Amino acid sequence: MSTFLGMPAAPPRSPYGTGNLRGDRKFPAAAHDELGNDQLRRNLGRATRTIRAKRIDVTGELPDWEELRDAGSAIKTDTMNRLPELLEQLEARVTERGGTVHWARDGVEANEIVTRLVRETGSSDVIKVKSMATQEIGLNEHLEAEGITPYETDLAELIVQLAHDKPSHILVPAIHRNRDEIREIFLKEIPGVDPALDNVPAHLAAAARAYLREKFMTTKVAVSGANFGIAETGTLSVVESEGNGRMCLTLPDTLITVMGIEKVLPRYQDLEVFFQLLPRSSTGERMNPYTSLWTGVTPGDGPQDFHLVLLDNGRTAALADTVGREALNCIRCSACLNVCPVYERAGGHAYGSTYPGPIGAVLTPQLAGMHAAKDDPNSSLPYASSLCGACFDACPVKIDIPSLLVELRHQNTEQSGTTAEKLAMKAAAGVMKSPRIYTAAQKAASFSRSVGVGGRDRTISHLPAPFDGWSDSRDTAAPPKQSFRSWLASAEGAETMRAAAEEGAAHPAGSPDEGAAPTTEGPDEGAGRTDESPEGDQ
Amino acid sequence: MRIGLFATCLGDTLFPEAVKSTAVLLARLGHEVVFPPDQTCCGQMHVNTGYQREPVPLVRNFATQFGDASIDAVVMPSGSCAGSVRHQHEIVAERYGDAALRAGVATVKAKTYELSELLVDVLGVTQVGAYFPHRVTYHPTCHSLRMLRVGDKPLKLLRAVEDIDLVELPEADSCCGFGGTFAVKNAETSTAMLQDKMRNIADTKADVCSAGDSSCLMHIGGGLSRIKSGTRTLHLAQILGSTRTAPYALMEAAR
Amino acid sequence: MTTPTARDTVLGRIRDALALAPTPAAEVPRSYRTGRTLPDGERLALLTDRLVDYKAEVHPCTGDRTAEVIAGILREHDARRIGVPDGLDEEWLSAFDGEVQRDSADIPAPSLDALDGVVTASAVSCAETGTIFLDGSSGQGRRALSLVPDLHVCVVDLSSVVAGVPEAIARLVPERPTTLISGPSATSDIELERVEGVHGPRNLAVVIRTDA
Repeated sequence: MSTFLGMPAAPPRSPYGTGNLRGDRKFPAAAHDELGNDQLRRNLGRATRTIRAKRIDVTGELPDWEELRDAGSAIKTDTMNRLPELLEQLEARVTERGGTVHWARDGVEANEIVTRLVRETGSSDVIKVKSMATQEIGLNEHLEAEGITPYETDLAELIVQLAHDKPSHILVPAIHRNRDEIREIFLKEIPGVDPALDNVPAHLAAAARAYLREKFMTTKVAVSGANFGIAETGTLSVVESEGNGRMCLTLPDTLITVMGIEKVLPRYQDLEVFFQLLPRSSTGERMNPYTSLWTGVTPGDGPQDFHLVLLDNGRTAALADTVGREALNCIRCSACLNVCPVYERAGGHAYGSTYPGPIGAVLTPQLAGMHAAKDDPNSSLPYASSLCGACFDACPVKIDIPSLLVELRHQNTEQSGTTAEKLAMKAAAGVMKSPRIYTAAQKAASFSRSVGVGGRDRTISHLPAPFDGWSDSRDTAAPPKQSFRSWLASAEGAETMRAAAEEGAAHPAGSPDEGAAPTTEGPDEGAGRTDESPEGDQ
Repeated sequence: MRIGLFATCLGDTLFPEAVKSTAVLLARLGHEVVFPPDQTCCGQMHVNTGYQREPVPLVRNFATQFGDASIDAVVMPSGSCAGSVRHQHEIVAERYGDAALRAGVATVKAKTYELSELLVDVLGVTQVGAYFPHRVTYHPTCHSLRMLRVGDKPLKLLRAVEDIDLVELPEADSCCGFGGTFAVKNAETSTAMLQDKMRNIADTKADVCSAGDSSCLMHIGGGLSRIKSGTRTLHLAQILGSTRTAPYALMEAAR
Repeated sequence: MTTPTARDTVLGRIRDALALAPTPAAEVPRSYRTGRTLPDGERLALLTDRLVDYKAEVHPCTGDRTAEVIAGILREHDARRIGVPDGLDEEWLSAFDGEVQRDSADIPAPSLDALDGVVTASAVSCAETGTIFLDGSSGQGRRALSLVPDLHVCVVDLSSVVAGVPEAIARLVPERPTTLISGPSATSDIELERVEGVHGPRNLAVVIRTDA
């Protein structure tokens, strides 16, 4: 154990080749196919627009929304700072109340623990509550390989499972499917389904209810994740909508909950913050239909055999990074996905990980690494963003995702050795750090124009690689005759500035407006409700 | 007020008209405009692409050029470059700089403004005496909007322009897809974003799409030029710099 | 030398991580709204508005009409066979002429599926979010009882309705198995369009006793 040796060691990432934290292609290549799928683009555009509007409504109606965000952010930071003691406290409370706590270094170990626990019950089936942690570690695939059948009970997870598909969204894993596609999947995959089933969402939901009812009533083991685990009391919580969670948490004899170590919260009181932040950010509702809270085992009520599996799988590696650790504060609300222009166009599958979208682009590389393989697809994730910052504004725990992306890009270039891009960046910096060389380069650019670059209309319509993707759909203006500094130094520039200064002296138009005061209003929700000092929001 | 003008490398080299307008506007408002001649680039492209060692000399040069106490405020016609000075320079200085650089960066950070911030917050003006008799829509660039929080300052300035026909841009706050090297590394996703932005611009039937960043305007303008749109792009400074005595000649400049 | 357990390894990694990347202690600002109170009329109006928004039925009444209102709801839903938890006020079912099954832990949960509905009391409710909290204490029953039947008639005393989430959480007993119910079960999984009625009760009828 490294701590006894005095020198802290960098914790390992999730083992390469396990679980669902890495795609098989880099983001641009994966996005290419998704962008070509018009149906997908329409489904995603429609769904994200709907949820964005709902979220703005229900977060806007709370006068203390920003205070709740501040509290949520601080509680998470405090949690990470005190993680060892909080986990030990959680373990002690759960154990006192009749539960059993297991620790898993990685997904492989967690899968083995769950499989062994299911085997001990003698059941060959398990019902599952939607859980990101078990998706991340590939639990379903592992159980199937071991002869145990997992039944996903969340409607979207069921759609994904029946279609032999992959989830593409944290909250709504089947967001890429529309009602017609879902109808087709149900008709094909649900045994005994009414062949007259139409595409009305309520009827599709009823078909899922009928199909899963018998599974809920007869299956002896359930596997869940957890949204929160309270150290102070040993209480666990699952936040859901359909009642499938309540079914799984209540009816079976045995409940196995797999929870990432970062999901612990210090105090029961902290729920008063997160029960406001999570539903409003996630489904855009004031409260989700159902939330379950349970503490160990309650005689006569619910599963009498309860196991909690605490999962690392790269989380401690993320924790070892001062900047990157902030990604562990994520409460999986998916607001950042819904506001992300890149996610909206490329879809969740392009990220190749259980965690897509902006948070996925910063969480996945930290959990699983960016250079675990040659040309690791994960190394492309921090670049899958225009750094527009919409995610930061939407995040209920104020994770500065753009800054994390920039930080991970830096880590990537530091780990990448010498590349053509790095040489070009060095060269560019070399030119720009010397005003003399910089000015000479500007003159060369202007000269290129005089020798005909850009043709008659002064636009360039084709550029060589790596800029060909740019020039496929954008013209580029040829450099102008004269840079600003040459103009300023010219007789014309000097005369223009002199005349303007004269005008300024004659007509003091620069005096402040009558009654004009610096504003704090903004045209958008983020600017309107966030700190407005010249320092921005740091 | 003595105002240091940072042209930005893109503005200086490729889009000098926006910088000229900025300089003339501030002088016309009665302020002394100084242009430290050895200025180059803020290093934003480097940092955003993942390079933090390479821009150290650029960060140092910026702090040197504008650190002088006789410069009351530093202005640049770019939200993203102002964002870089205010948010990224200290990251670079903290990691790869020395104590002197960290101090220099903190000094310039505190007096650096994007154009609309300088006008509205520092100089307290929204009426700058501009005249622009055209239909205009405004795209709030992401770094102005969400990194600097300029809010509706640019719109306040535009609304005060004489004879302007200002129309709201649908889905204005969504990114145009530029993102620096993002538009090269993820060109197809960027293009999909650009197409939606151009569709929204087309819906406004504006003669001009304006913004506070030449980089985003280069992106949007490049797309509009390719589809031979009737709308052209123009920097906010150029609209504010257009007056009755020296009106901006829109048709002449249109590509 | 023994092999370290997974527990020791994970806790050791966390301590290493915190040593490698130390950060200053975080103070938690709790300047959000807590300890709010609202007059009876406002709490009733707010809770009703939220519940209706979730497509729950709301039946405000005075305490003396509880039995009559419950019987009316059950009749309306054609519920002939209903379950009730231990400790539920027997008076509440005095106007109901159908079959009442008193729940107990030894009744297998799947057999609850044969019930047409269930009537329970509640612990606390939050007006601002339209959330009813059940904590398994007397009159509320085990969790399966209010989950499996398709109709849940839930009695809420206005005195147990608080303004916001912090006020509700403060009234809970953490060790009790607690369920937060905000309307009937629902899903937004198909095109993010909310549909009421999936696995939990598809019908939630809330009887708010305005003088209790």
